Amino acid sequence: MQKVIETLLIGLTTGSIYALMSLALVLVWRSTRVINFAQAGQAMFATYIGFEISSRSGIFWLGLLFAIVGGALLGAGVDYFFMRVLFKHANTGPAAVVAPVIATLGLLGLIRSVVGLTWGGEFKTIEAPASTDGYTIGSTTIPFSALNALIIITVSIILIGLALLFQRTNLGLALRASAYAPEIAKLAGIRTAQTRTIGWAIAGGVGGVAGMLVTSNNFLSPYSLDLLLVFGFIAAVIGGLESMVGAVIGALVLGIGLTFILNYVGTSLVFIGGFTVLILVLLIKPDGIMAKGKGRRA
Amino acid sequence: MSGLAVTRLNVSHGAIHALHDITFSVEPGQLAAVIGSNGAGKTTLLRTLSGLKDASSGAAQWENREMLGVKPEDLVRRGISHVSEGKSVIPELTVKENLVLGGIWRGDKADTAQAIEEVVELFPRLGERMSQSADTLSGGERQMLAIGRALVSRPKLLLLDEPSLGLAPLVIEQIFQTVDHLRHKLGLTVVLVEQNAMSALEIADIGIIINLGHVVATGKAKELIDDPALRAAYLGY
Amino acid sequence: MRKKIAFFILLGWALLIIGDRVDELRVYQGAQIAMYTIALASIVLLTGYSGQVSLGNGAMMAVGGYSAALTLNNLQTPIWFAFLMAILVSACFGSLLGAAAARLSGPYLAGTTLALAVGLPAIANQFSFLGGEPGLLFDVGFPPERFGEEFTQYKWFFWIASVIALLALFITSNILQSRFGRTWRAIRGNSLAAELAGIHSSRMKVLAFTISSALAGLAGAVLAMTISLVAPGAYSLTLSFALVTGAVLAGVSSLPGVVLGGAILVAIPEIADALAGRFGNADSLNNYLPGLITSVLLILSVIYTPNGPGENLRKHLRKKHAH
Repeated sequence: MQKVIETLLIGLTTGSIYALMSLALVLVWRSTRVINFAQAGQAMFATYIGFEISSRSGIFWLGLLFAIVGGALLGAGVDYFFMRVLFKHANTGPAAVVAPVIATLGLLGLIRSVVGLTWGGEFKTIEAPASTDGYTIGSTTIPFSALNALIIITVSIILIGLALLFQRTNLGLALRASAYAPEIAKLAGIRTAQTRTIGWAIAGGVGGVAGMLVTSNNFLSPYSLDLLLVFGFIAAVIGGLESMVGAVIGALVLGIGLTFILNYVGTSLVFIGGFTVLILVLLIKPDGIMAKGKGRRA
Repeated sequence: MSGLAVTRLNVSHGAIHALHDITFSVEPGQLAAVIGSNGAGKTTLLRTLSGLKDASSGAAQWENREMLGVKPEDLVRRGISHVSEGKSVIPELTVKENLVLGGIWRGDKADTAQAIEEVVELFPRLGERMSQSADTLSGGERQMLAIGRALVSRPKLLLLDEPSLGLAPLVIEQIFQTVDHLRHKLGLTVVLVEQNAMSALEIADIGIIINLGHVVATGKAKELIDDPALRAAYLGY
Repeated sequence: MRKKIAFFILLGWALLIIGDRVDELRVYQGAQIAMYTIALASIVLLTGYSGQVSLGNGAMMAVGGYSAALTLNNLQTPIWFAFLMAILVSACFGSLLGAAAARLSGPYLAGTTLALAVGLPAIANQFSFLGGEPGLLFDVGFPPERFGEEFTQYKWFFWIASVIALLALFITSNILQSRFGRTWRAIRGNSLAAELAGIHSSRMKVLAFTISSALAGLAGAVLAMTISLVAPGAYSLTLSFALVTGAVLAGVSSLPGVVLGGAILVAIPEIADALAGRFGNADSLNNYLPGLITSVLLILSVIYTPNGPGENLRKHLRKKHAH
């Protein structure tokens, strides 16, 4: 029983970080109809900025703040200087459908090389903002640590903030309207191109937080966030790619499920487990667990 | 002339020449009905005027300023609201959110609230459904919501694309009455695109009849209704 | 048909002559080009013809490489049988993936195959029979003695790789010109219309995936041969990434382009080396400059010539004709 609770708690921590990555992917997908593979690169770049700031100042939270701002600026930049140009040029021929996907992959490679050239390939660590030793209850020590708790709290705050932004503000309304029906949004006077760039910025900032949190009990390298991207994508697919709530629920389900596999079966099956979930969801419920009966716009 | 003036407007869909040298003008405060059968180019005309589609040549001016080549979101800022074909509401949003959407660009929350109140006065049924998702509305209610959203933008020129499409006769009657009432009350200039020729001409000041992308007749609405040749050829009764 | 066979024999003969005239490094690079040619043909067949995008070709190459190595090491079979197993096993994996993929649209398929490219090589780390991080040896043996003492190991690699590449290209080009190729193009053009014309588009998509994976697996085995081992590091995301770049540069729907694409992929590290040397050979330069060049090329080509430089040229010529 104790192991079950431990696994749940650790799974919740993992899942909450996946949730940020999957939200970032969903935000961009909704507004731009592109799975942004470069999100891993953007998050990594933001995390390196966070790493620089937090290791120089010794304050994790200052690093986090810079990672958010850096990630947001980079996200906005990618949309403004890259995606707009791409959509203007690559719009005919057999490659038109795949061009945006391939372009974001190219961008991932570009950011990775730039980071590698700047910071080198060796592993970096970011000092965790809280103890990584497990809590001791009575005489037993559980693997759940103060850092885990802090990660869950941080993610919760960000999720609440995003929910308020999207549900309660005009900016959030404009973001949703532009995603659901860009033409009607334009006719209502919304500057959809700018709104989309803001969406990319939010996704970039959220990705930066995901990178910082994942790195706080792991190492950072130009490749260290690839797996986070994959699990974020799987979580987003579980949630149906369209729904932000779905993305979060999908991530929590995935995080907890994979932690159970890790604790009860072994590391060797974690990725296979995740991939199997992805295939199963795509084959059985391709619109995700949040889909209502009706088909969704593609 | 400070109303709407369209001069020799040409629009193509790829290789298809959809509108040929369209020319007409609407005085401020007038209601112009654009009549024509399916595929005549009426919707293309409105989409071009509201900036959703590019013209290949010609001019269109509103209050003596060029409209062509201006983005739809900037035309809204110049007082032009387009209610596009097919009950243009966003079903994923609530009724209230759909209405608020029309006011965001002005950045004046108090005035948006005021405008929404006016819309609710006009369409009490929307008031009862403010927090419901727009998905749950009937066809007529959706059309009211679409018009309401346009009104929240406080337009001077209203472009209405087939508001009667797919609605029951009673509801159509009500929508046309509302449009008529609105433009007198708010002094709106209206371009109303309709297949439902008779109802549209009845409330219109002028009529423009389009066939296969050409203007075949323009004139006072009353005169168009009374012209037997036109009636037989284009109005279908 | 006879013309085509003659052309390929002529091409093989030309390669033979070239192989005798250039130095060892070039011969080795020739083998690499042949390997990339097969891998790129697999992408061109899938993306350019059937309109599906797979970012996971590196993973399929891993399947082929590991199958070949396991066959050769455990069953002590002849080499050709190891290559055959690479083809068969990866074709099986490909048809499974294809069955899932036939129901997926663009973003889902791209994401799923990317997940494979990231994850599959990492799985090899977890299972001891796959040799973990250091991988498994894959030794095709010395060249036969009758070729004489002058005949080097690299030349042997080059011969094997070239013969396989020529065969693979020959078969692929025939498939693309057959009924299947036409059907794929029809599906890519308009899958609904193809469906109405009585084409089982999902069955055809699975077939495309299967053949494409078989080619990728074969390329994976050839890659294993040239580096004499199979290891997770050899089939990383970087490889999948390079392949996509090569395919885009070659023009995703041009089979002859793949040779050029292969040559570019081999040239990139060479150019990067030269550049790194000029800038002082720092570790990070050596490690990341090739990636930088690859991604910049990929981005530029996807923005400016998304259907390959060939298409732009054709368009240009057509315009000239028109005038």
